[in-house]
Amino acid sequence: MAVPYAEKMAQSQKEISISDFFAKNRQILGFDNPSKALLVSVKEAVDNSLDACEEAGIFPSIFVGLEKVGDKDRFRMTVRDNGPGIVKKQIPNVFGRLLYGSRFHAIRQSRGQQGIGISSVVLYSQLTTGKAALITSKIGEDYPCHQMEVHINTKTNRPQIENPQVVLWDHPHGTEISVELEGRYQKNKKQSVMEYLRATAIVNPHVEIIFKGPDDEVHTFERVIELLPETANECKPHPHGIELGVLKNMLKYTEARKLSSFLINEFVRVSPRGARELLDTAGIDEKRKPNRLQLEDIQSLFDKIQEMKFMSPPTDCLSPIGDMLIRKGLRKEIDSKFAYTVTRDPSVFRGTPFQVEAGIVYGGDLPTGESVKILRFGNRVPLLYQQGGCVITHAIERINWRPYGLEQRGGKGIPVGPAVILVHIASTNVPFTSESKEAIADVDEIMDEIGRALMDCGRRVRSHINKKKKLKKVSEKYDIIREILPEISKKSSSMVGKPEPLLDPIITKIMNVHVFDSGVVYHESGEGDQKQKITEVTIKYQNYTNRERKMRIHVKVPDALIQGIYPETHVRKKGLIEWDVGPIQPARSQRLGFSILGLDKDDYDDVEIYYSRLPGEVIGADPL
Amino acid sequence: MAKKQKFKENQEAQFRLKKIAEYIYGQLRNEEVPHLEVSSRTKNNIVLSKDHKVWVYGSDQVTRSAKDLGGATNILRSLYTVNFIDEMINSGKSSTLREMYYISEGWEKAKFPSQDESNRLAEDLEIITKCMREDFKLRPEEDGARVIGDVTIEEMNRKGLKKKINCKDDVGDSGYGIPYNVEKEKLKFKNVNAKFIIAIETGGMFDRLAENGFDEGHNAILVHLKGQPARSTRRFIKRLHHYSKLPVVLFTDGDPWSYRIYASVAYGAIKTAHISEYLATPEAIYLGITPSDIINYDLPNDKLTDQDVNALKSELSDPRFSSSTWKSEIKLQLKIKKKSEQQALAKYGLDYVTETYLPEKLQEINII
Repeated sequence: MAVPYAEKMAQSQKEISISDFFAKNRQILGFDNPSKALLVSVKEAVDNSLDACEEAGIFPSIFVGLEKVGDKDRFRMTVRDNGPGIVKKQIPNVFGRLLYGSRFHAIRQSRGQQGIGISSVVLYSQLTTGKAALITSKIGEDYPCHQMEVHINTKTNRPQIENPQVVLWDHPHGTEISVELEGRYQKNKKQSVMEYLRATAIVNPHVEIIFKGPDDEVHTFERVIELLPETANECKPHPHGIELGVLKNMLKYTEARKLSSFLINEFVRVSPRGARELLDTAGIDEKRKPNRLQLEDIQSLFDKIQEMKFMSPPTDCLSPIGDMLIRKGLRKEIDSKFAYTVTRDPSVFRGTPFQVEAGIVYGGDLPTGESVKILRFGNRVPLLYQQGGCVITHAIERINWRPYGLEQRGGKGIPVGPAVILVHIASTNVPFTSESKEAIADVDEIMDEIGRALMDCGRRVRSHINKKKKLKKVSEKYDIIREILPEISKKSSSMVGKPEPLLDPIITKIMNVHVFDSGVVYHESGEGDQKQKITEVTIKYQNYTNRERKMRIHVKVPDALIQGIYPETHVRKKGLIEWDVGPIQPARSQRLGFSILGLDKDDYDDVEIYYSRLPGEVIGADPL
Repeated sequence: MAKKQKFKENQEAQFRLKKIAEYIYGQLRNEEVPHLEVSSRTKNNIVLSKDHKVWVYGSDQVTRSAKDLGGATNILRSLYTVNFIDEMINSGKSSTLREMYYISEGWEKAKFPSQDESNRLAEDLEIITKCMREDFKLRPEEDGARVIGDVTIEEMNRKGLKKKINCKDDVGDSGYGIPYNVEKEKLKFKNVNAKFIIAIETGGMFDRLAENGFDEGHNAILVHLKGQPARSTRRFIKRLHHYSKLPVVLFTDGDPWSYRIYASVAYGAIKTAHISEYLATPEAIYLGITPSDIINYDLPNDKLTDQDVNALKSELSDPRFSSSTWKSEIKLQLKIKKKSEQQALAKYGLDYVTETYLPEKLQEINII
């Protein structure tokens, strides 16, 4: 009797190692082509370095070097950080083993999530050049610096080490990876190493990056702020954010002995009462051992979890960049006239907390006839590819930008105008569309939050544009009353041979407007610990109408110590100072002002003025 | 006697110009924002003047107010210009429009950004004062339009002497050049021996008719329009027509821009509708090239451009082209989408235009 065919097949059926799989499917990790591969390699190495530094509370200073090797499309990439370093024993695991990392099990916002990143670079380098990665790491001033060559055994997914040695390194601590790989270097393109580093610098204003390109040009992205992002807390999963497979695994490996304590201890927002209720409705005894549950029971438990209501997950495991810092980053890298940023309150999709931050830059030297540039970020990492398939792009396209002063064909699609739009999604689990983490999936809750943030940005752009238009109009009127009208008077008087008439009443008729002007001056006083940062704000109201006026003026103030408010007849409200002003005679003015203590230079530069009870045209302020 | 008359006219112009300064000063005294009203100079604001059969401005006015920068600057420029003209008349001088534009260099805030602006302001002042720019002693650069035919003119030359010129016998191949001032004190018609006046758009065709002896063969006076005709050319045609009672025909290219040349000769131009009565010859007849000619004479042609089509469409709503003949011709041209130049007639030989085309067309309207 013949051997059944299945037996034959069984001989060739064996486990394919993950390394082997990725070796054959490199596009899954984003190494589709040489130029993208080079960029992705830099990105993975930099992300790794940033995460390591921040976790250790170190201001990241990162060196990125690219060197051409030979005539072919081959480069040596060196990325060095000043992070905490890696202990000798772990070096091979971190760089030579796929799916090995410290963050895979933690529910917390971080750049790398799957631990697939840096080892895939080592693998890619090995596949394209046959060379091992050279790793150098030092964990402290008084410790030896270890150096070794690492490569991956693709059959076993295990690292192999060659030439381990102790070397001298003139850095107190940190890690350096140096690999040779096939790649193509593109300069001045949207998807280039330079643009990636620039984008990284925008959302990480606490980072310093020195980039030395193949042309030996050195570009430094400077640190703008001496403040580390708050480390996000680790937190347990929310029941609504869990998938069936993960639930199954958690049940299998939990240390809890009873199902009820499993639910209470391994998840957030599950109270003892909630656990009991859940198990009751699922018809499972709460005293059962979690690892003894049958598949039907797990399915039933999973189904009931979806039906039950739980409190939203806590959001302190998120670490937004903060609107002020994004603004600083944008201002540093993009030269423009106007920047506005907003950080939304945290929100939740499928049990996963997330937070949207958005910013818009407008005017200046930005090109007017082109589509706006979109800067997308997921957990502080720039997303450079698959723009068209990303929820951020879709949210931008859904908004009608025309009322906000940007052009848009048919009120849909990416708007056109001198603007850059930035969107950052922070989440414990950013829902990327694929493992290469290039685009974020269309999740309704995220889409809506982005929409709200962008509309806020849009409104601010509109009011900026309107203000500019009005200011132009008012400056033309100043030209009339200061330059032209006196000349008209002089010329006509001399032609008719009569004395010049008084022009004041005509001036108020020509202006017929209320003008608010504001000025911000930053200065410092004292030295060292006594140093005071003072931002002085002045506001001037001018009555260019032909009647006396009374009004209420409201000025938005930041959350900081405010002093020296004048005139003293004012009212403090939350985030506002209010004055009742007047009566102010025609052609007269009134000055107001205050000082803000403790803010950095440029933290407060746009004075928001509102008015009430003021009829007619007003320039420089908005109605409340 | 003539000198006294002239003095009076100048005084009138000066008086009316000064009124503008008084008007502005009065507004300032009354605490009013200075402003000037001028007729709106668009095709929507031209109407037929019944008694003169020409198109003049209607009642729409635009106000230039010092409330906006453009208006304020315009008022200041008007004052400077008025002052300049006033002083120029006082000193017995005249200037070209271009010279005035350059003189404004010294006017600081009132300086003109381009000569178009200063020309337009001179026209504004004509409208406001109801004077002609000749009264302001402003003249255009040059015109160079030419005349050939049996007409005798008496022109006052630079030395103040009267000189008789016969435009057939006393001129060279290029004919008699029309001066910028063709008013009575400068130019008088003494004798005309012709059957009709034919005004021709292009220099090439004017020379062709002269070379072929069309003026003598058909007893015609040839006037070269040189594209869109200068004021003096139009005034010359009007005065010659008025003096001789001879019919006037226009011979131009067959495209929308040439129809506008005809309209400006016959009915007045939109830009200068305030002086249509001085310039327009409503009896002038359009001879060709017509769109029908393109078909009937099977003329070489070009496709209409987008601008041509737009110009034709705009003429359909222009009151000067509201007659049924014009409407059907323009619609025909939009249908065939073709245009032809007058020189396209050379297809049938150099003599065709004088031997066949013009005689046929002139017979159609009973001129020969």
